[in-house]
Amino acid sequence: MTDIAYMPGCTLKTSGRNFDETTRKFLELFGVKLNELPDWCCCGTTYSLASDNLMYHLAPARNLVKAAESGSSKLLVPCAMCYNTLRRAQDLILNDKEKRDKLNDFMDKEKTKISGDEVRVMHLVSFLKEDVGFDTIKAKITPPPAGLKAAVYYGCMLLRPNEIAIDKHPEDPSIMEKLLEACGIETVYFPFKTECCGSYQVVNEKRLVVSRTAEIVKSAFRNGAELIITSCPLCYFNLDAHQEELSRGVKYFNTVPVMYISQLLALLAGVVEGSNYSLHAVDPRPLLRKKGLLA
Amino acid sequence: MNIGIKKKPRLNRIGVFLCHCGINIASVIDLERVKAAISKYEGVAFARDYQYMCSEPGQELFKEACRSGSIDGIVVASCSPRLHETTFRRAAEEAGLNSYRVEIANIREQCSWVHHDDHEKATAKAIEILAGVIERARSDEALVAPSIPVTKKALVIGAGISGMQTALNIANSGYEVILLDRQSSIGGHMAQLSETFPTLDCSQCIMTPRMVEVGQNKKIKLMTYSEVEEVSGYVGNFKVKVRRKAAYVDWNKCTGCGICSEKCPTKVKSEFNQMLADRKAIYTPFPQAVPNKFVIDRESCIYFKRGKCQVCLKTCPLKAIDFEQKDRIEELEVGTIVAATGYDLYDKENLEEYRMGYCPDVIDSLTFERLLSASGPTGGKIRRPSDGKIPEEIVFIQCCGSRDPENHFAYCSKVCCMYTAKHAMLYKHRVPQGQPYIFYMDIRAGGKNYEEFVQRAVEEEEVVYLRGRVSKLYRDNGKIVVAGVDTLSMAKVEVRADMVVLAMAMRPAWGIEDIVKKLKIQVDANGFLAEAHPKLRPVETMTQGIFIVGCAQAPKDIPDTVAQAGAAASKVVELFSQERLSREPITSWSDEELCAGCGQCVEQCAYQAIEIDPKKKVARVNEILCQGCGACVVTCPSGAMNQKNFTVKQYYNMIEAMV
Repeated sequence: MTDIAYMPGCTLKTSGRNFDETTRKFLELFGVKLNELPDWCCCGTTYSLASDNLMYHLAPARNLVKAAESGSSKLLVPCAMCYNTLRRAQDLILNDKEKRDKLNDFMDKEKTKISGDEVRVMHLVSFLKEDVGFDTIKAKITPPPAGLKAAVYYGCMLLRPNEIAIDKHPEDPSIMEKLLEACGIETVYFPFKTECCGSYQVVNEKRLVVSRTAEIVKSAFRNGAELIITSCPLCYFNLDAHQEELSRGVKYFNTVPVMYISQLLALLAGVVEGSNYSLHAVDPRPLLRKKGLLA
Repeated sequence: MNIGIKKKPRLNRIGVFLCHCGINIASVIDLERVKAAISKYEGVAFARDYQYMCSEPGQELFKEACRSGSIDGIVVASCSPRLHETTFRRAAEEAGLNSYRVEIANIREQCSWVHHDDHEKATAKAIEILAGVIERARSDEALVAPSIPVTKKALVIGAGISGMQTALNIANSGYEVILLDRQSSIGGHMAQLSETFPTLDCSQCIMTPRMVEVGQNKKIKLMTYSEVEEVSGYVGNFKVKVRRKAAYVDWNKCTGCGICSEKCPTKVKSEFNQMLADRKAIYTPFPQAVPNKFVIDRESCIYFKRGKCQVCLKTCPLKAIDFEQKDRIEELEVGTIVAATGYDLYDKENLEEYRMGYCPDVIDSLTFERLLSASGPTGGKIRRPSDGKIPEEIVFIQCCGSRDPENHFAYCSKVCCMYTAKHAMLYKHRVPQGQPYIFYMDIRAGGKNYEEFVQRAVEEEEVVYLRGRVSKLYRDNGKIVVAGVDTLSMAKVEVRADMVVLAMAMRPAWGIEDIVKKLKIQVDANGFLAEAHPKLRPVETMTQGIFIVGCAQAPKDIPDTVAQAGAAASKVVELFSQERLSREPITSWSDEELCAGCGQCVEQCAYQAIEIDPKKKVARVNEILCQGCGACVVTCPSGAMNQKNFTVKQYYNMIEAMV
């Protein structure tokens, strides 16, 4: 059993529970035990670009302190938003001594001072590629008997800026496609895989986000996708939640169910528990049954 | 190199001339007092003054002193040495005094002019300046300028328009030229182009007569299908080893009839046609090739791969095919080398943001030239590569890789604005119902008739110019969607195009690093060949006798290239016009007793003039290559390096005399 530090983040404890549960269940198959950081806090949600206001970096920095105290050499982060803020804050702490010292001084109640190189912050997909290995995963998986065509949606948080990208081609990534193809899933040409989903604009400019969703889902459908796979809770929410409304209001709009990558992988590996389908706005069960993945 | 420079006692018979320079010097400096002070100075034989030393009578006075034989050296106190040092040195030479025993003390620019309001101090300063220079002159060596013979033959590497034009210019001045290219034909990229801006005259029509002229010129020896293997020697005396690649065809017999190619069963993509059409395994790159000789491409020839076929051997009426041919090395002796290595386009695979749109119909600009060319694969009809359909909507994207320091190159490729306007215009001529769009950052149309040309594209040809970048290309239902922005109307723009042409950045030709290493010349930050001075020495390199021309130096258009070829050729001819090259004798030399052989001077030398003697482990200066810059002198940690007549000892003596 490999133990590794784990930071779920807020969404994975609420609307993104499916992501959290299936990640844990899936990794158990490979002897990986996820130890949730004790007392983890908000990741900061978005990385602050203000160079003179370090307050905003305290949230990710405090999580890095917890990670350092855990003694684990790696910190697994499935949520794309958490991954982004933690990795970028870590880069800042590692490379800017002045700001590192200031942040450490600010957190004087914490027992541990950090230098930024204590843990390697890894996204789930990178972990699956580098530490588990696609071939190992393939061996545990039964490809869907009736085939399945999926569009992989990356969004932005896993790819920007270049330094933290989980793929060496951030403009045209393919790491998740390679993983799914190893598992016998056909991935479709999907030019909108890195298109903006509208992000937090959903709070104040919902119509903008709905129009983004329409473009992205339409492109996936036109290219033959039956399912959209993502690993970002916010992308997931934006793409999934507005389809119902679109299918009522827009002519010729076809809904496409959206799932977290871990959900699909767990299912393919025969792990049926962990997914709560009532959390989906577009129910993927009819598709999954058709493909022989669910009874 | 230190022969003739031995430690000697200081010279004791220095003649001093004081020039009034009309009132320029005399009205400020009290020359009588200077004369009196200097006359008493150790080593001074006499001090005289005259109104204008540079005038005829002044020169005569000077020469007389030289001829008298009673002096060892002369110091002239006058204007800056930049003005008349050469005048006095030449006069000394004529009158029998070694010219390097003449020194100038500048008491005008550095004294009387700047201190015109304080005669007292100016006079005192003039005495000090003179004291210093006299002290320097007392240790001056009688130097003799070394001279070397010149091989009056030039090697031009690269036979595109830049190399061809350079070779023609040199040959027409009466000197022999070897024109080398790694391809089997001369012509380079210009042979691939269709019409040229801003006159729209056909590239081949203006190019091929020139190629024939090169081929027939008796002074030009073509060495195509050849590569530079090794370069040694120095200006006037280079030795170059050239690899003549095996063509597997005896070029002495081949008449270029083309029967072999006709019968050859192997088809491969033609590089000359940018992979849009096929060629055979035995081929010439294009029908007008010069020399019109065939080569076998070993990689694709069936015989070389499987040991069977030999159809060409059987069909050649002249028995020119020779499968046993081997590369051979030829040694050349040349006086100068011109690097005309040209450019290649940056690979479009590097534009990651467009990758999702890539398909056969997204092409680079050079490929579009082949589509436009009357001798191209489509006979000049614009048909898209995937299905041969005539594109109704076509998008041109400028600055692909250029002017993007963060991701690609900071520089502007200079010709893309113009050829893109030309592309859109020619497209419109051939597909009148079609619509061309151009995404641009700025239009840079500096050049004769260039701006007018672009205006014509905009106003008369109805080309839609959109100022903005394209963020993404993607395929959709047989079209290529070009997603960009028009920053003038602040609107997102999406064009569903049938075809997209990318104006890719120009890069130094592939393999340039290899040539650079062999020629020991320098490159700039982008890998282009570096000129000796960006303004005043644009075709010279820091290595004497090696010149650069064309796009090897920086992206440029055909008129600029041809003009630069003229410049490079005139530099070559300038060298060849001398029987022997006389070199400046003021060079560095290394004191073997002191030199520790650390090699720091070797690294410092921009002219590759210093090497470490492998046996003695001491630095050796090649006085032919040394330019006398002095960089090695200040670098040397053990004080072994010195420059003739600028020795450290001389400087100490000067300082001592002055303070």
